[in-house]
Amino acid sequence: MIGIEHYVVVSSILFVLGVLGIFLNRKNIIIILMAIELILLSVNLNLVAFSAYLGDLTGQVFAMFVLTVAAAEAAIGLAILVVYFRSRGTIAVDDVNRMKG
Amino acid sequence: MTVFAFYLFAALMIASGALTIFARNPVHSVLWLILAFFNAAGLMVIVGAEFLAMLLVVVYVGAVAVLFLFVVMMLNIDFAEMRAGFMKNAPLGVAIAVILLAELVLGVGAYRAGALDLGTPDGSAAPLVGESNIESLGALLYGNYLFLFESAGIILLVAMIGAIVLTHRAPTNPRGHQNIAKQNARNPKEATNNVSPEVGKGVEL
Repeated sequence: MIGIEHYVVVSSILFVLGVLGIFLNRKNIIIILMAIELILLSVNLNLVAFSAYLGDLTGQVFAMFVLTVAAAEAAIGLAILVVYFRSRGTIAVDDVNRMKG
Repeated sequence: MTVFAFYLFAALMIASGALTIFARNPVHSVLWLILAFFNAAGLMVIVGAEFLAMLLVVVYVGAVAVLFLFVVMMLNIDFAEMRAGFMKNAPLGVAIAVILLAELVLGVGAYRAGALDLGTPDGSAAPLVGESNIESLGALLYGNYLFLFESAGIILLVAMIGAIVLTHRAPTNPRGHQNIAKQNARNPKEATNNVSPEVGKGVEL
């Protein structure tokens, strides 16, 4: 019998994998963006599972909005990446130090 | 059958998620990401969220993952050099991942030991009985959450315009910097002319 706990465990493992991906690939911003997508996917899975568990469709509506924002974020992030690569010729995270923040 | 499907989708999703972050080649990472999204869509289908599952396949596999592929292939980057710090960052990353996972498992365990009583929902948001997932979701989106739905559209519009503005390059003139209209509008009186005065004579202005 599959319960809500199974879904919570699976999505938390995926979430942790996403966080681990950010830490392991600290130099490669493309993989970092993909890890962020993994994190958002795990959150979506959690929302959908609880929506089914509670019989409340609001969770699915919210997951749809998360999906929307994730798509917008990926598009803008990749656009910034392309512009940055054109001007600097590299996308290594360590070299992003122009603003000395 | 459902149990088998759940374990299949879950195992494949976690495996492809792990391969996404461990793959040496970013193109392979994108492909593993696509597989992860497919399996997540499968997991959503078996709890009855068909619309969201299809949305995930269409939006992520059809748009976002292809966008990633385009960018990875368009930027010609030496990825081997980028993996230089991989092992250096590994201990910290693994430590944080283990702590996070332990906390999440602890949360699930505490929940199973006895859930907190946060009160009972009044049932006002319960799904309409006898309708398909997409029907009730549509009724909710175009009813209760109409303005949120519209603002999601605006967010997408802003993202689209932003991405275009960021990456758009003005078309370059095929003649380089020559501006023919400006050349034709030149006036000899305003032009500069070279003079070579003799020493001591001065220049007539």
